[in-house]
Amino acid sequence: MKLTMKKRENLTGWAFLTPAVLLIIIMNFVPLFQALIMSFETGRTGKMTFTGLSNYTRILEDSRAADALKVTLEYVVITVPIIIGLALILAVLLNDPKLKLKGIYRTCIFVPAAVSMVASAVIFRSLFAADGFVNSVLINLGILDTGYNFLGHPTSARIILMVVRVWKMVGYQMIFFLAGLQSIDAGIYEAAKIDGATSLQQFFHITIPMLKPTMLFALVMSVNAAIQVYDESVNLTNGGPGNATMPIAHYIYNMAFGGVPNFGYACALSMIILVVVGILTMLQMRVGDKRE
Amino acid sequence: MNKTKYWIGRAVKNIILAFFSILCVFPLIWVVIAATNSSVDIVRGVLTFGSHLAENYQTLISKYDLWGATWNTVKYSAVTTIVAMIVCSIAGYGFEVYHDKVKDKLFGVLMLTMMIPFVATMLPIYQTYAKFGLLNTTLGFILPSVSTVFLIMLFRQNSRNFPMDIIEAARIDGETELGIFFKMYVPTMKATYAAGATITFMNAWNNYMWARLIMSDNSAQTLRMLISNMTTGHYIDYGMLMLAVLISTLPTLIVFFALQKSFVEGMTGAVKG
Repeated sequence: MKLTMKKRENLTGWAFLTPAVLLIIIMNFVPLFQALIMSFETGRTGKMTFTGLSNYTRILEDSRAADALKVTLEYVVITVPIIIGLALILAVLLNDPKLKLKGIYRTCIFVPAAVSMVASAVIFRSLFAADGFVNSVLINLGILDTGYNFLGHPTSARIILMVVRVWKMVGYQMIFFLAGLQSIDAGIYEAAKIDGATSLQQFFHITIPMLKPTMLFALVMSVNAAIQVYDESVNLTNGGPGNATMPIAHYIYNMAFGGVPNFGYACALSMIILVVVGILTMLQMRVGDKRE
Repeated sequence: MNKTKYWIGRAVKNIILAFFSILCVFPLIWVVIAATNSSVDIVRGVLTFGSHLAENYQTLISKYDLWGATWNTVKYSAVTTIVAMIVCSIAGYGFEVYHDKVKDKLFGVLMLTMMIPFVATMLPIYQTYAKFGLLNTTLGFILPSVSTVFLIMLFRQNSRNFPMDIIEAARIDGETELGIFFKMYVPTMKATYAAGATITFMNAWNNYMWARLIMSDNSAQTLRMLISNMTTGHYIDYGMLMLAVLISTLPTLIVFFALQKSFVEGMTGAVKG
């Protein structure tokens, strides 16, 4: 009797999991496998033929793909540490019960998270347009004579592309850190204070170690999101000027649906992103685990 | 001496927080102001409310199908959120309450999907959709996002706080497993549902890449696509554009503020792990 009970429970468990698991398999593992196969094929949809590694050798000769990868990595390496660092500092500053305007600050800093990437990009595009708000202010203040085309120059365009993400994501990450901070027992800080630890010591020896799981999670999620940057580049600069702000996801999309659609080549490129994301995630997990 | 130091610390803290608060909020205040001004005034750098709100609205609805796109976005996001909550919460509950070695291993395998970038899977999915007529459909929109490891994990972690004794007691009382889930688990997990629903709704509402890929029909367009289209022309009507940005952002703002408290609560349970 008891065994059948257990068995029935076990079956119920499986029944509860099955829809979700099936969906994940159908929507993730199956298409990933299909993409892998397609990456060895060339031709039009429906008439694709196996051509071995030709797509991959093409990547090696494609300087625009290399540029796109470089733009993407630069974007990730600069934005992610800034987002996580700022979010952590702001969360620590906000995690102060004596702070009077806490609610207002928190709300203000979080608000951009509710704005979509597309809308954020459009807002910054309007603010920084050659005839936009920032330029008129700079001209009115006498700093500039004529409007500077921020989005028309490679370096400034790349910087603004990064600013959009930082602006939108800092508050979002901050909420996670704030939640993590609130779960740390206040008694630990009290004890440290009695032992004469400075606030800086408390930060590095209590806050950081206690927040490590949250930070690791935030890091992996932010890197994976930033590496797939697409919405912003399409709506801020459309990859321009030239290809200066064309990240790899944007390039893949254009390869798949641009002038001459080439799904095979686009899939090969996406396998490169998969490998990069995989390596980065593993590295982060390893570094994160080591300090235990 | 110590007292002055304390007050300086206070002041510095407030100045830093106020500075970032203003940086974060200013672009949005500018959007609200711009929505009430004419394009010419916006370009001139006007920072006061204007009288062009009605005119901007007229231009917007005469040129674009604003409410059609809004309805589509509401439909896609609401259906995604409802289905995702049901599918993922029952799975998260299943993984935790009935856990054994096989299920734990399976969860580990599913975690790998967090590393799969969407650009790598979207092209095969697109082709499959084309074959089965799922392009331009709500079902097509929701399928990739209704079952995510992130959400299952959220419910799985939070299920740990749900006492097993209650489940055992209910079983002895003859309650069915499904009954326990719906009558006891769901009502106590409101905060987790709020957190999960907020994130899912925002992601669906703000989704652009996937919508752009599969929603090629004008009648299936979303607000994000509509806004994106407004910036492609040579001349941009900033007043109209900012009004559209404002209208399309309000729902996510409202959802977030309505669920803010439970959002943080639900998230705390998840990140504590």
